[in-house]
Amino acid sequence: MTYIADVSALARKDLLLELRAKETLPSMLVFVIATLTIFHFAVPHGTRHVAALGLLWVALLFTALLALTRAFVAEREERLFDALVLAPCDRSAIWLGKALAVLAFLVAAEVVALPAFAAFFSGIDAHTVAAVALADVGICAVGTLLGAMAVAGRARELLLPLLFLPLAVPIVVGGVGASAGAGGRYLLFLAFYDAVFGVLSWAAFEYVVAET
Amino acid sequence: MAAIRAPEQRLEATTMAAVARPIAQNRVAVLGLAAVGLLAAALALIFFYAPTDADQGFSQRIFYFHVPVALTAYVCFGWGAWKALRVLWKRDESADMQSYVAIHQGVVFGALTLLTGSIWAKASWGVWWSWSENQLVLFLVLFLFYCAYFMLRYSVEAGPSRANMCAVYALFGVVLIPVSFLAIRLSQKFIHPVVFTLHGPQMTGAQFLTFCVSLAAMLALFATLYAVELAGKRADADLRELRALLLQ
Amino acid sequence: MIRGRDLAKRYGERRIFAGVDVDLERGGLLLVTGPNGSGKTTLLRMLAGLVAPSAGELALPPRETIGFLGHDPLVYRELTPLENLTLFGRLYRVPEHRERIGMLLERFGLWEKRHERVSTFSRGMQQRLGLCRVLLHEPALLLLDEPANALDADGLELLQAVLEDRQRAVAVATHDSRSVEHLATGRLAFT
Repeated sequence: MTYIADVSALARKDLLLELRAKETLPSMLVFVIATLTIFHFAVPHGTRHVAALGLLWVALLFTALLALTRAFVAEREERLFDALVLAPCDRSAIWLGKALAVLAFLVAAEVVALPAFAAFFSGIDAHTVAAVALADVGICAVGTLLGAMAVAGRARELLLPLLFLPLAVPIVVGGVGASAGAGGRYLLFLAFYDAVFGVLSWAAFEYVVAET
Repeated sequence: MAAIRAPEQRLEATTMAAVARPIAQNRVAVLGLAAVGLLAAALALIFFYAPTDADQGFSQRIFYFHVPVALTAYVCFGWGAWKALRVLWKRDESADMQSYVAIHQGVVFGALTLLTGSIWAKASWGVWWSWSENQLVLFLVLFLFYCAYFMLRYSVEAGPSRANMCAVYALFGVVLIPVSFLAIRLSQKFIHPVVFTLHGPQMTGAQFLTFCVSLAAMLALFATLYAVELAGKRADADLRELRALLLQ
Repeated sequence: MIRGRDLAKRYGERRIFAGVDVDLERGGLLLVTGPNGSGKTTLLRMLAGLVAPSAGELALPPRETIGFLGHDPLVYRELTPLENLTLFGRLYRVPEHRERIGMLLERFGLWEKRHERVSTFSRGMQQRLGLCRVLLHEPALLLLDEPANALDADGLELLQAVLEDRQRAVAVATHDSRSVEHLATGRLAFT
C-alpha cells in the first residue's frame, strides 16, 4: 500500500530530523516540568483534585503547542512544501506523517509529564491515561493542519495558539471530565471529537498546502 | 494530462465590465429600507406590544434582541461556511470575498450577542457573565475562533492560498459549533453546577409575533450590511485594479 | 507535454504577467529570460503545478513526470544527501532507488559526502544535490529556475550535459542565456 509507505517515509523523515536537531523534545520536557512547577506555586493550598487535574491539561496543551509550532519550520524555511506537494503522493500523507511524528513527541513528553504530575500533585489513574491518549490524537490531528496554516503567515508563533485554542476547548472538557472520573461518556466524546476533526483535517490538508 | 482551467475572466474585461457595471443600488436600497422598516416595527412591538414577563419583568425584553441576534450570527457563520465550501469545491474566487464578509458580519453579530447576553444577565441576576448559560459560552468560544480567522487572513498574503486556508478554517468553524455545544453541555454536568439559566419564555402568540418580527429585522439587517460591505469591497478592488492597469 | 494558452497571474491587483502561451514537447527546450522579478519564477512554478493561473488554460502532465528545481535546491538541510534522496526516492516510487541514488551521487561528485549533513555543504554542492533530486525519478519534464546559480565550472558542465539530453522536455529560466541559447527550441522573454 503506497499510501502507508508514503506516510511512513514522511514520518521517518520527521523523526530523523528531530533526532538530529534534538531541539523540540528536550524543550517540551523542560517546559512541561517547569509549567507544573509554576502551577505548584500558583495554586493555593488545599485545592481540589479536579482543579489540579485541570492544570495537567493546560500543561499538556501548551506543551503540545510547542511541538506544533516547530512542526513545519523546516518545510517553511527551506521552501520544502514545494518539493513535498510536487511528489505524486497524496497530500494528506504529508499531514498524516507529520501528525504521527508530533504524536510521538507528545507521547514521549507525557511519559515524563504524567509521572511528574503524579509526584507533584496527585495520582494518575487509568481514566486519565486513556483520556490523554485520546486527546493526543485530536490535538495532533487538528494542530498539524493548523500548524501548516500558521507557518504560511507572518506571525506564526503568535498565530498558532490563537487558531488552536478555541478548537481545543472540547478536548479540555472531554479530558478533564474523563480524568475526574465523571463517566465514560467523556471518553466517548473525545473519541467523537477525534473522529470528526480527524477526518476533517485529513480531507482539508490538501487545500491548505496546494493551490492546484 | 491534468488540465487546469482558470475562471473565464480576462483581466481587462473584468475591469472594463466593473467600470460599466450598473451599481446594484436598487437592490441594496430596497434591502436597506426593508431592514429599517422591520427594525422600527420590531422596536415598537418589543417595547409596546409584547407583554411583560411575570418573572423577570421589563429586562426580559432583551430576549427579543439577544436571541434573534444570536440566530442571525449563526446564519452569518453558516453562510460564510457555504461560501467557503464553494471556494474549495468550485474554486470560485469571488466566493472568498463573500465568505469573508459573511464571517465579518457574524463576528459583529456575535459580539452583539455577547453584549446583549451580558446585559440580560446583569439585569436579571446582577452578574455580568454566567458560565451556566450555554449559548453565551458557545458564543464566546466561537467569537474567539472567528477572531483568529481575521488574524489568519491578515497574516497571509492575498491569493488562492489564503482563500483556501480561510475557507478551510471557516468550515472548521461550523463543525465546531455543534461539537462545542456538546462539550459545553457536558462541562456543565460537573464543572459548573447549574445556578441560573436565562431561558426564553414559553411564548404566547403576542410574544411569538414580536420574536419573529425581531428575527426578520436582524436578518434583514445582516442582508443589508452584507450587501453594502460586499459592494464596497468589490468597488475597492475594482478601483485598485483600474489604477494598476492605468499606471502600466 | 505542456500546453498553456493566454496564461496570466495576479495577486490581488498586482499583475505578474498576462497573455503567455506555452507549447513544450519532448526534446524541446523552452528558454525563459528576463530580469529578476519579471515573473520567470512564477511562470515556472505555474508550469510545475504549484501555482494556479489567474486566467487562461493550462494542460500539464501528471506530477510524477515533472521535475522542478526552484531558487532553492529543495533538500532538507539537516539530513544527508543519502537520506534526502532516499526520502524522495520513496515518495516518487523510484524502482531500485538505492542503485539510482548511488549512480546520481557519483555522477554529480557527491558520493564521498553522502553521509554528511547538507548544512555543511557549499551552496554549489547543495545545488548539485538539488539536480540529483530533480533527476532521481527520471522526469519527462524538467523545470529549472536559475539552475546555474552557484555552480562552479564542473557543476556547469554537468548541468550542460543534463540540458543537452534531448529525451526530455525542458524549461529553463535564467537571466544569463548565453550557454543555453543554442539549445533553445522556444523562447519567452519577460520584461
